[in-house]
Amino acid sequence: MFQKFKEWYENRHDYAKEWKEKTGGKVLGYFCTYVPEEIIYAAGVLPVRIFGSHEPQDVTEPHIFSMYCPFCRDCLAQGLKGKYSYLDGIMIAQSCLHIRQAFTSWQLHIPINYSYYFLMPNKVQSPRAKPYLIGELAEFKSSLEKWSGKPISDKDLDRGIEILNVNRRLMRQIYELRRNANPPLSGLEAMEMVVSSQLVDKKEHNEELEKLLCELPTRKESRNDGVRLMIVGSENDDTQFIKMVESLGATLVIDDNCTGSRYFWNEAVADESRLVAIADRYIERPPCPSKDWEERRRLPHLLKLAKDYNVKGAILVQQKFCDPHELDIPAIREYFNKNGIPSLTLELDVTVPVGQFKVRTEAFLEMLRGEELF
Amino acid sequence: MKEYPTEPLKCWQKAKKIREDYYKDFAAAKEKGGIRWAGGAWSFSAIPAGLGDDVYCLTGEPYGASVAWNKEFALKCQEATEAKGYARDLCSYMRNYWGSILLNKYVFGGEFPKPDFIWQDHICCSHAKWYQVASELEGGIPHFCIDVAVGPYHDLNENRLNYVVSQLHDGIEWLEKVTNRKYDDKKLIEAVYNECRSTSLWAEICVLNKAVPAPLDEKTMYSLYVLGTLMKHTKVVADFYEELRDEVKDRVARGIAAVGNEQCRVITDTQPPWAFLNIFRYLEKYGCVSVGSLYTFGLIGMWEVQEDGTWGPRKTPQQKGIKIRTRDEALRILAEWNLARPEWQHFYSPQLKSEMMIRIAKEWKLNGILLHYNRGCEGLSLGIAENRLALMKAGFPVMTFEGNMGDEREFDEARTIARIDAFMESLGMSKLKE
Repeated sequence: MFQKFKEWYENRHDYAKEWKEKTGGKVLGYFCTYVPEEIIYAAGVLPVRIFGSHEPQDVTEPHIFSMYCPFCRDCLAQGLKGKYSYLDGIMIAQSCLHIRQAFTSWQLHIPINYSYYFLMPNKVQSPRAKPYLIGELAEFKSSLEKWSGKPISDKDLDRGIEILNVNRRLMRQIYELRRNANPPLSGLEAMEMVVSSQLVDKKEHNEELEKLLCELPTRKESRNDGVRLMIVGSENDDTQFIKMVESLGATLVIDDNCTGSRYFWNEAVADESRLVAIADRYIERPPCPSKDWEERRRLPHLLKLAKDYNVKGAILVQQKFCDPHELDIPAIREYFNKNGIPSLTLELDVTVPVGQFKVRTEAFLEMLRGEELF
Repeated sequence: MKEYPTEPLKCWQKAKKIREDYYKDFAAAKEKGGIRWAGGAWSFSAIPAGLGDDVYCLTGEPYGASVAWNKEFALKCQEATEAKGYARDLCSYMRNYWGSILLNKYVFGGEFPKPDFIWQDHICCSHAKWYQVASELEGGIPHFCIDVAVGPYHDLNENRLNYVVSQLHDGIEWLEKVTNRKYDDKKLIEAVYNECRSTSLWAEICVLNKAVPAPLDEKTMYSLYVLGTLMKHTKVVADFYEELRDEVKDRVARGIAAVGNEQCRVITDTQPPWAFLNIFRYLEKYGCVSVGSLYTFGLIGMWEVQEDGTWGPRKTPQQKGIKIRTRDEALRILAEWNLARPEWQHFYSPQLKSEMMIRIAKEWKLNGILLHYNRGCEGLSLGIAENRLALMKAGFPVMTFEGNMGDEREFDEARTIARIDAFMESLGMSKLKE
């Protein structure tokens, strides 16, 4: 049922190359989920999120100092190794400093004919952020028009907003099923579904989601959900890690990741000005920790998710050196603890130490189950 | 070998006194019925000045550096922060600051003085979050943070400037609310004039270091530039920098050197490992003077390209004959002035830092450059590996050393000294004294 998503996730480069061949369109690689994909779709360009490979590499040392997160180094490595040679352009939305380095080094060393630094505001809680963002969206739209050689009309924007909204709505509906006892999908399947959405044409993805929604509610899972867990943290498309956790008698039933719910949780609400609708959406989306200040709005959101999905514990994961998440994790841990949700914190690197994490996760699960050790 | 005359700075004691008074005044603010705020050295410090003359601030980065210099206390701060669950690779200034709150100890003696509010701005991942946590650790003191990450100055437009200015307007309303004080625009305007004057003057002082021999060295400059990181908006700092500028000018005229046996000139890029400033004295054994750094020049100094194409002090509104009449005018000037800060530019591209460093290398007649791969500051180490490549491509020898500005556990002194030896050898320098 989820095979297509897995294939897309695993064969992302082949997919993008075939898409280009089939459509003659341009492909734009992006580094952060704050990029306004609605406008990219409106321009008829395919946005593709740049990911790493989870394999050791030694090509980024001259470009990024090793105290920056392994994800940004892994992403750059893929570019330097020519894995993304089919990209016509790259862009970043302003979020953390780490991934910014992958973007700027890419600009410097990998031939590309278009690059764009999208100045997404950080203080999304300020009433001033929205008018500012609208201005930046207009700048980006002009830039894309210039690059693609054709104007982007309101009709095009409506189409872009619709494609994204349908994708978000369908994934949200599928996530709703995860609230059930014995949910009809695993955390791994959910992750592959969301990540593949960031890699393929969403029109195709939507079709696949529609099909899935017809079958999924009646899917009979042979496995018991075991301990219901939530996963919270920084960029995470480490499928091996998810697989390992779920092999231990647990199911990840909800997440707060940019490779998960943060990416699609809210839709753009129609407005006479399309850019206003888009700006609203990105201002209101569940925030990345780098944008969650002065008030901590993540905390009540996370707790609501934990309760709605009836989780027994949370795994807090972070990419090593990821400052924004490192800055939030103690607060989340304390808040969860006060609200009766135990958590386990794990620090990920490019290659996940599955063995070591397995021992720690097993111990965490034993604690949650209240098992007698002796 | 050429030997130049040297002499101590006449205004040295005055600089020390200003700094000492600053930290004492903050601690004693309550005894005088005053109010205290905390925030970063990059905060728009001219704005709280509109609340009155009895408003005292504590800027976090210089405070974190002062803690770092006190190795024993720094270690206690770092361990207290780690025990609270914070990662060891976070900004070391921030960890030193949080540690002081957790231990309730002020590095200058006594309990850690609790601010009444927090006034910060945000350009790197840690800025707003630093004080979000500080506010929580202090029991929930009010905080306001301005997003200044609106792109490099050369791409500034009305929308971007307005975003910052409108937040500043909001900030003033917020200040009135949390302090229950009436805001005085005249005091704001005065503070804006002072900030422009002091930061332009600091750049003018750095320009004087183009002279051979250099009248100032990097280690000395740290004790001087710091005043701008504490209270750049005050008359006392602006006046001091005027006095310092005149004295340094006089040193240049008389050929007074910072390092008597100057044979070789270098600069560094970002914060030094504060507990190990002796590396600059070690360079002197080779007759090598570090004439500054992008950090000392560009953190406080405000620059612009001069008519002759060289880098020099930015013309202040006063020098341009601009009369600030309203709050909005003051805020627009203040925002635009700060957005031109050299140290903010390279947050958007390493090329911008490389270009500034190459310019310095040429105009300040350098033989080489030292890059500090600083594990303590992800903001100013951003893109540093690309800077290395660009500087080498431009023909300047580069030495890198890894360390941490505020956490001595991450600095290997012996290894760094060995690297300096090798670098000096590669520049054809030999030790002149032991």
